[in-house]
Amino acid sequence: MEIAGYPLRRLRARVLEGIDPPLFALALALSLVGLAVLYSASYENASRVASQLASLAVALAAMWAVAQVAPQTLARLALPAYCAGIALLVAVALGGEVVNGARRWLNLGVMRFQPSEMMKIAVPMMLAWYFHRNESAIRLRDFAVAGVLLALPVAMIARQPDLGTALLVAAAGFYVIFLAGVSWKLLAGLGVLALASLFPLWGLLHDYQRRRILTLLDPSQDPLGAGYHTIQSTIAVGSGGIAGKGWLNGSQTHLEFIPERHTDFIFAVFAEEFGLVGNVLLLALYALLIARGLAIAAQAATLFGRLLAGAVTLMFFTYAFVNMGMVAGILPVVGVPLPFISYGGTALATLFVGIGLLMSIQRHRKLVRT
Amino acid sequence: MSFAELRNTESELRAFQVRLGAAGLVVLVAFALLLARFVWLQVLQHDAYSAMAEENRIAIVPLPPNRGLILDRNGDVLARNYLAYTLEIFPAQVRDLEATIAELAAFVEIQPRDRARFRKLLQETKNAESLPIRTRLTDEEVARIAANRWRFTGVDIRARLFRRYPYGEVASHVIGYIGRITTSDLEQLEESELAANYRGTDYIGKAGIEASYQQELHGITGFERLEIDAAGRGIRALSRTPAQSGNNVALTLDIRLQEVAERAFGEWRGALVAIEPATGGVLAFVSKPGYDPNLFVDGIDPQSWEALMSSPDRPLNNRAIAGLYPPGSTFKPYMALAALELGKRTPRTTISDPGYFVFGDRRFRDSKRGGHGTVDMYKSIVMSSDTYYYMLANDMGIDAIAGFMKRFGFGARTGIDLEGEAEGVLPSPEWKHARFSRPEQQRWYAGETISIGIGQGYNAYTPLQLAQALATLANNGAMFRPRLVSHVDNPRTGERRYFEPQLVRQLQLQPEHVAFVKQAMAGVNIEGTAARSFAGAQYTSGGKTGTAQVIALKQGEKYEEDKVAERLRDHSLYVAFAPLEGPKIALAVLVENGGFGARTAAPIARTVLDYYLLGKLPRAPRRAVPEADVQSDAESD
Repeated sequence: MEIAGYPLRRLRARVLEGIDPPLFALALALSLVGLAVLYSASYENASRVASQLASLAVALAAMWAVAQVAPQTLARLALPAYCAGIALLVAVALGGEVVNGARRWLNLGVMRFQPSEMMKIAVPMMLAWYFHRNESAIRLRDFAVAGVLLALPVAMIARQPDLGTALLVAAAGFYVIFLAGVSWKLLAGLGVLALASLFPLWGLLHDYQRRRILTLLDPSQDPLGAGYHTIQSTIAVGSGGIAGKGWLNGSQTHLEFIPERHTDFIFAVFAEEFGLVGNVLLLALYALLIARGLAIAAQAATLFGRLLAGAVTLMFFTYAFVNMGMVAGILPVVGVPLPFISYGGTALATLFVGIGLLMSIQRHRKLVRT
Repeated sequence: MSFAELRNTESELRAFQVRLGAAGLVVLVAFALLLARFVWLQVLQHDAYSAMAEENRIAIVPLPPNRGLILDRNGDVLARNYLAYTLEIFPAQVRDLEATIAELAAFVEIQPRDRARFRKLLQETKNAESLPIRTRLTDEEVARIAANRWRFTGVDIRARLFRRYPYGEVASHVIGYIGRITTSDLEQLEESELAANYRGTDYIGKAGIEASYQQELHGITGFERLEIDAAGRGIRALSRTPAQSGNNVALTLDIRLQEVAERAFGEWRGALVAIEPATGGVLAFVSKPGYDPNLFVDGIDPQSWEALMSSPDRPLNNRAIAGLYPPGSTFKPYMALAALELGKRTPRTTISDPGYFVFGDRRFRDSKRGGHGTVDMYKSIVMSSDTYYYMLANDMGIDAIAGFMKRFGFGARTGIDLEGEAEGVLPSPEWKHARFSRPEQQRWYAGETISIGIGQGYNAYTPLQLAQALATLANNGAMFRPRLVSHVDNPRTGERRYFEPQLVRQLQLQPEHVAFVKQAMAGVNIEGTAARSFAGAQYTSGGKTGTAQVIALKQGEKYEEDKVAERLRDHSLYVAFAPLEGPKIALAVLVENGGFGARTAAPIARTVLDYYLLGKLPRAPRRAVPEADVQSDAESD
C-alpha cells in the first residue's frame, strides 16, 4: 500500500522513528486517565474535554518534533534558550504587566506570555550543557558557576513574585547539579545553611505566602481560602475508601465542594472516585514513567544527555509528588498541576516537550558510544 | 584514549549511576510516604471521612463586610452605605431570561434602562450567582413580589447595602465611585491572592479614593457555617465568624471649601488644587465638570455612560492630575528664582523692554504692545513682562532651566494617593531626543528655549504639579508629597492610623532669594496683574497670573463654529499662596478657555482664599469679574 508514492510501511516507520514505545504508552495512558477524570470533574460536560483533547494533540506534535532533534542540536540550543529566557525575564521586570503587585506576564499584543514557564526546560538544559562543556575536569568552581546560573533566574522569578514556579525551576537546576556529582559534604553543608536561612527568609516572604504555609499547619485558620481547599480535598480523598465511589459518582466533587477541581485539585476527584486502588495504580504509572526516564538517563551517550534526562525525569516526580501531597494535605497549597492529568494546555505542552527530550536522548544513546 | 582516562570516564559513569540510584531511592521513599498517607486517609480513617462527606452538608457562606466610610477633614460624610431591597435573578437557574423579566414587569416597574444594565452586567460578570434587575424597591413592590414569589424560579429579593455619595458631583474626582466586580477585577484579585476575602462581595472601588484606598475600605469577610439539606438549602447556622467592617478613611479635604471652590467655577471648565504647604495635605481638589458618582453605584446604564463618554467637556477626565497645560506666566517666579540662584541676574539688573525680543530672524513679541519700558526683576513679575524672560531664558540655556525646574517637581508625578496621574513634560534636549524619532526633530534648537522662559512651548504640567511647586516655594523649599488622606479609623477597635506628612526633598535655596520672589508675588496682588481681583483683601498674599495658549483642537472633537471659537480661546491660570508669612494655603487654578489669567482664574482664587482664611462666603455665585473691570489688569498677561 502506498500514499502519494510513499510505501505505507516506510511512512509508518518514519513517523514512529524516535518514539520510545514504553515512554509514549505511559504518558498517553496518564493523559487518557486525565481526560476521563476531567469529564467527571466538568459534570459530564464534553466541551472542556474536547478542548483538553485539542491541547493533547498539540502537545503530542510538540513531543514528536522535539524527539526528532538530535541531543547535540539540543545542546547547541541550550545557551541561546537560556539567554533568551533571562532577557524575557528582564523585560518582564522592566515592562511586564503588573497584575496587583505581581509582575509575571509579558504582553505580546495577541497573547500574554509567562517567560518563567520556559525556564522550567531552559534552566536544566543550560546547566547540563555547562557541565558537559567542562566534562574533562569538573571542579568546585564549576558548581559555583552553575549555582549562579541557577540562582539568577530563580531570584528573578521569585521577585515577580511567583514562589511556586521559582521553586520548580530551582528544583530542576538542583537536580542537574546533584547528578553532576557535587560532593555529598558540600550538599550536607548547603542543607544546613538552607535550614539556617529559613528564619531570615521568612521575613522576606509576602504575607500571602506566609499565610499559605501557616494554613498547612492549621487549615481551619483560612476556611474561605487555601485552608478550605485542603479540608475539602482531604475529605474527598478519605471518603473514597479502598474501591472508590465510582466514576462520575463522587459526592464531594458533584456537590461542588472541591475547588479548582479541573486544575490543581483534580487529584481529589480521582481519589474520591477511584479510591486507594486507583491511587496505587496511578502511583504505579508515575513510578514506571520515572523508572523509564531514569533508565534513559543511565544509558545516555553524553554527559549532557545523562544530566538532562535525569533532571527532566525528576521534574516529573516533583510535580506529581507536590501535587498529590498538597491534595492529601501533607504539603502546602502551591500552584503545581498534576502532570498529564490537570486541565491546561501550557502545562501539558511543557510536559510533552520533556518527554520529547527524553526520547531524543534515548534514540541517540548508541550513536556516539565507542 | 589512554587507559587511565578510560577508567576515569568509567568511574565517572559509575558515580553518576550512584547518584541516579540515590534519586530513585528518594522517589521511592516519597511515593511510599504518599501511599502511607493514602492508606491512612482511605483505609484507617475512611469511616470518619466517609461520615464527613456524608454529612458534608455544611456550606460555608461568606458574610461580606460593610464598606468603610469616606469623611472630610471635619468629619462630614462623603460616602456612606444604606440598606435597600433589590430584585435579583440567578441567570444559571432561569431558562428564558427575557420571558422571566417580562413576567416580573407585571409586578414591578422595569424600565428599558434596567434591562440594558442587566444585559451589560450579564456580559461583564462570569459565573455570577445573582444579578439585580431592579434596585431600591419600595416596600409595596417588595410585598407584591413576595406574594407572587411562587411563580418564579431563580428570582429572589435581597437586602443589600448600597453606596451613597450625598454631595453628588461635588468632589466627584476625589471620591470616585464603586462598581461591580468584573471578570478582569476578579482575575486581578486572584492573581494577588485576595480573591478569598472578596467572596460574597459584589462591588469594588473603580476610581478616586474608592479605588486607591480599596484595601482599607473593604474590610475582612466573615463566614457562617450553614447546615444545608441535600438540595443545598440552608437549615440552620452552626457557627458564625462576623465580618469586620472596612476602615473609615478621613480626607485632608474640606468639603465646604470644596463646595465654595466648585461654585466659584460656575459653568467654566477647569481645575483647582489647594494644598496646605506645611504638610502636603490637599484642602480642595476640583476638576470641572464633574459627574454624579451615584450613577455608577448599581451599574451605570448604557445611556448615561454614553452621555458621559461622548460629552465634549469630558467630565470623566480628571483635569487636576491628568490634564496637561502650559503654565504660562505662572512659570516666571521660578525663572526669576533660578536666575538669582544661578547668579544670572540680580534684583537690580534692568532691561529695556521695547515689546519684543529678537533672536536670529525671529521676533518674539511681548503680550503688551510697546513693552513695559525699563524693567527690573520685581517689575518683571508684577507686570508680567515677557521680554525680560525671553532674554533670561536665552541667557540661562535650556539645561540650566530644566535642571532647576526639575527640583520643583515640574514634569514628574507627585505621587499623590490617586490613580491616573500624568507625568507632564519638562522640556530638555534629552526629553526631545527621546520623544521624537527623526533626527531633525530630535535636535534642540536654541530658539525653542526662548518661549520656555514664559511657560509656553513644550512645557506641559498638571494643575497638581503647579500647586505642589507653589507650595514648595511658599514653604521655603520644603517639598511635601501631596496627599488626600489624613488618617484611617478602625470602626471596631477605634484605632486611628495617621499618614504622616512625607517630605519629598528640602531644596537648598538662599532665603533672601526666596523672600524677594515672594515679595514680588505679593506685588502682583497689590499693584500688579491681579490687583483688581485682590482689592480690599484682609490678609497678605502672593500670586501670579498666567495665560496658556491653546494651539489646536484635539482630534475627534466636533467642529461647530460657535463652539470652536470658545474652545480656541486661551486657558486662564492663576497661582497664589496666603498669608505671606507662614502660608496656610497654596493653590493653582486653571480655567479652560478662560482667557487672561487675571480675568477668570484670579477671582476664583480670591473666593477660595476669602472662605478658607476668613470664613467668608461669596455673596452670589459669580462667574467672573465683569469684562470692563479687568481691562487694565489683563492687558499684560
